[in-house]
Amino acid sequence: MLACPECDLLQLAPARPVRLGTVECVRCGATISRTAPCSLELTLAFAVAAAVAFAIANVFPIMTLELQGRTTSETLLGMSAVLQEAGMASVAALVFVTIVLMPALEIAALLYLLGPLAIGRVPPRMALAARLLAFVKPWAMTEVLLLGALVSIGRLETVARVHLGAAFWSMAALMFLFAIIDSVFDPIEPWSRAEALRQVRGIAVPFAPPA
Amino acid sequence: MTATAARSGLIACSLCGLLNARPHRHAGMKLRCARCGSVLYLRKPHSVERCWALLIAAYVLYLPANLLPVLETAKLGERQWDTIMSGVLQLLHDGAWPLALVILIASICVPFAKLSSLTFLLVSVRSGSPADRVLRARLHRLLNFIGRWSLVDIYVGGLLVGLVRFEPVAVISPGPGAIAFGAVVVLTMLASQSFDPRLLWDAGGQDIRG
Repeated sequence: MLACPECDLLQLAPARPVRLGTVECVRCGATISRTAPCSLELTLAFAVAAAVAFAIANVFPIMTLELQGRTTSETLLGMSAVLQEAGMASVAALVFVTIVLMPALEIAALLYLLGPLAIGRVPPRMALAARLLAFVKPWAMTEVLLLGALVSIGRLETVARVHLGAAFWSMAALMFLFAIIDSVFDPIEPWSRAEALRQVRGIAVPFAPPA
Repeated sequence: MTATAARSGLIACSLCGLLNARPHRHAGMKLRCARCGSVLYLRKPHSVERCWALLIAAYVLYLPANLLPVLETAKLGERQWDTIMSGVLQLLHDGAWPLALVILIASICVPFAKLSSLTFLLVSVRSGSPADRVLRARLHRLLNFIGRWSLVDIYVGGLLVGLVRFEPVAVISPGPGAIAFGAVVVLTMLASQSFDPRLLWDAGGQDIRG
C-alpha cells in the first residue's frame, strides 16, 4: 500500500506497472515509484560515471573564443568568478550553486547512499543523505547550462571563432547521465533495502555444524 | 469518499514513503517517521501562505527584471544596454530567430506563465472547487518541471561576459537586471516547491484538521 505523494490517495502498487518502469497514481497521474530491475545498482553505476564526467567538466574549458588572434576561454568556475569580478556577487553565487555545488552534492549524496547499500551495508546517517539528495535535485541545472552554451555559440559564431572544450562534451554526457538516473532511481528503494538488511542482521545466527 | 491517507488516519512520510499511523491527539507534538525519522506533516506547513509570500516577492522583482538592462555591450567605445526584450529583438533583427525564440520562451513566456499559473492555483485552492483537479495537478507538475529553464539567459550572460573580453574591441558586462531576473526565477521555483498539490484534492479542507 502506498499513498500518492501529490494527492494523498491510498493505492496498492500494481504487480506490473502500466507504463514501463513507472507506477503512476491512478487519480492524479503523479509518479509514485519506479520499477526498473536492479534500479539501485544501475543508479550507482550511472552516478559513478556522472562523478567522472563532472570532474572533467570542472577542469577543462567549456569553450574558447578566438578574435583577431586573441583567445579567451571559459570554465565552469571561471564563469562565476568573472561575474563576481563584475560586481554581480549574487548572480555569481546563483551560477556557482546551480552548476557546480548542487550537481556535486547530488552525485556525492547518491554515491554515499547507494554505495554501501549495494554491498549490503546501511550507510550511517542515511536519512540525512536522502534528505540532501531530495533537497538538491531541483537546483542542479546542468542541462540548462548546456542550452545556454548552445545559445552563446549561436550568438558568438557570427563575430568570432568558437572552439568547444572538453567540459562542453562532458557536460553533455553529464546531462544524459542525470536524465538516466532520474528515470531509473526510485527514492523509496534504498529504504526498503535498508529495512531488509536490518532484518537479515537481526535474525542471522552463526552457523554451527552439529557435533 | 475516496480513501486518502489523511482520511484513513495515516501520514505518508515525504522522504521514504512509509505510511505511518497518526495518533488521535498530537497537537503541538512533532511526529516522526518510524523508518527514517523525518518529521511528518499531513500537508506542507503553511503551504499557501509561503507560496503567496514568495509569489508576491517575485511579482515585485518581475518589473526591474524586465525593465533594467541585463547586458552591456561595448564595441570600440560604443556602449549599448540591453534588456531581456531588447536582446530578443536584437537577435530577431540579426536574423537569428531560433535563438530569439529560445530566449523569448525561456526568459519571457516561462516566468510570466509561472507567475500567472501559481496565482491561479492559489486562488483555486482557496475556493476549494473540485473542477479540473487533474488538469490543475498536471499544471503544477509542469511548473516544477519548466521553471528551471528560465535560468538559461543567466548562463548565456555569464558565458558571454567571460568570453567577450577583447578590450577595447568588444567587451560584454552584466547589468543590474540580471540580479532581479535571477531572483524572480529562484523565488518562483521556491514558490512552486512550497505549494502542496494535495491541497487541490482536499475539497472543503476536512482532511487537514487534527
